[in-house]
Amino acid sequence: MLFDVKKETMPREELEALQLSRLKNQLARVYANVPFYRKQFDEAGVKPDDVSSLSQLNLLPFTEKQDLRNHYPFGMFAVPRENVVRVHASSGTTGKATVVGYTQRDIDTWAELMARCLAMAGATPKDVIHNGYGYGLFTGGLGAHYGCERLGATTVPVSGGGTKRQAMLLRDFGADFICCTPSYVLHLYETALDIGINLAELPLRAGIFGAEPWTEEMRHDIERKLDIKALDIYGLSEVMGPGVGMECAEAQAGLHMQEDHFLLEIIDPVSGEQLPMGETGELVITTLTKEAIPLVRYRTRDLTSLIPEPCRCGRTFTRMKRIMGRSDDMLIIRGVNVFPSQIESLLLETHGLTPHYQLIVDRAGSMDTLTIEVEVDEELFSDEIKNLQRREGEIQRNIKDFLGVSAKVKLVEPRSIERSQGKAKRILDRRINTA
Amino acid sequence: MKVDQLSVFLENRAGRLAEVTKVLSDAKINIRALSLADTSDFGILRLIVSDFEKAKNALKDKGFTVGRTSVVAVEVPDTPGGLHKLLEMLDNEDVNVEYMYAFVQQSGQHAVIIFRFDRTDQALQTLEKNGVRIIPGETLYGM
Repeated sequence: MLFDVKKETMPREELEALQLSRLKNQLARVYANVPFYRKQFDEAGVKPDDVSSLSQLNLLPFTEKQDLRNHYPFGMFAVPRENVVRVHASSGTTGKATVVGYTQRDIDTWAELMARCLAMAGATPKDVIHNGYGYGLFTGGLGAHYGCERLGATTVPVSGGGTKRQAMLLRDFGADFICCTPSYVLHLYETALDIGINLAELPLRAGIFGAEPWTEEMRHDIERKLDIKALDIYGLSEVMGPGVGMECAEAQAGLHMQEDHFLLEIIDPVSGEQLPMGETGELVITTLTKEAIPLVRYRTRDLTSLIPEPCRCGRTFTRMKRIMGRSDDMLIIRGVNVFPSQIESLLLETHGLTPHYQLIVDRAGSMDTLTIEVEVDEELFSDEIKNLQRREGEIQRNIKDFLGVSAKVKLVEPRSIERSQGKAKRILDRRINTA
Repeated sequence: MKVDQLSVFLENRAGRLAEVTKVLSDAKINIRALSLADTSDFGILRLIVSDFEKAKNALKDKGFTVGRTSVVAVEVPDTPGGLHKLLEMLDNEDVNVEYMYAFVQQSGQHAVIIFRFDRTDQALQTLEKNGVRIIPGETLYGM
């Protein structure tokens, strides 16, 4: 199912010509309107006009997540604030969140691209789409929502939470498609069974799952339990939100990246050098049409590789393999981005010291769980249980308040957390092998 | 008049308590009294030992987190109501008991109760005023 046949099957030559003209336009705009980019380009000794072919992209400097943080909240906007009709923000303690803006045209583009994704899953205007992504500052809910409406489907804007009610609505409305995180759909499946609803017996045909890392094993698990097609969607708020890329239901072999709006590169995360097509490295995205926050060579930190061969579904866009991990230490827990450094600063705030700690991410049943093991030293220790539990509670509340993630805090004995050579290993992510 | 109590942080896992007793045994430390408070994840072992400094150093050397708390040891008649009278007098002075544990002396005439109070000095005054026998640390360590 193609939403926009002309664009999605565009011959490569034509696509690249479109990309180049959009890129030139974009570079001129950021240079003229965003002081950050003018400074970056000047320091690199490059003018927008110097880029006369796509292969010269590597003349340009990278943009990092930290650059967005440094210009919190609106410093990266390329349009006057009054032209921004919506903002979204990623998690983060105050001042560390990344804020992104959208003009009306950006919202329209997003809806269009998301509608393409839904069509890739096989959805049509006749279908009912249950949207279980969280609505709010997180881009998932509204992003998918506008796409569903653009497609013309019947949208159920259920958002996150209220799992039993979601199961009931899925049954009562007879949804054909579901959008949510992959771990949530498994949780939903189990909760539904508890109240006598077997999702496998409902009309559901496919699920559009993203916003957190998942595996091929988890896909099989979802497909087997719910008797649906489980499809991977990719996006990141800095670049747009959900819909940057999506697997088609026909092949389920890599995500079609919306190359008429985004330029892709794979780089060596250490050297920053471009890698040849097919090699695994960090995905770098340049936005081609975004008005409010255009990004030049944005380092996503997501590790993957690109598949140049055309897909049997007929789309000509380059496909991207499932995200294999991160080149930094960011964790995605139930759709929320968490950096160990944020946890560290919260620990510091709670106790005035940085104890040795480790983050353990697990999938208990089907939900991501975060456990923070904190080593007890003489500063932290008390001979009274209630004092120790109060400390656990304080840390837990701080993390919930500032990061929006529920975590279990566990006090452990000194030196019980494994020391690695050199850099401390702060994360134990057990989800990867436990799907 | 106060007694030094050694507190040890313990994770709830098999054999951990035995590791503490091994350290103390190897260091030839005698345990006078003990109590273990626990949650699902961790416990706090509280000990009165024959040689506080030696025990503390031995445990620290083995990587345990230890603390020192001033507690009060009192002798109460080993008869019905003995403890109750004591708690009543403390309650009248608004002294709160954080925790306590007890053991009966070998002679069988008295029970020894170890108290951790929220206001230790106030508690000591009240007990002395009421003629309660307070056991000094030196006596207890060598009992």
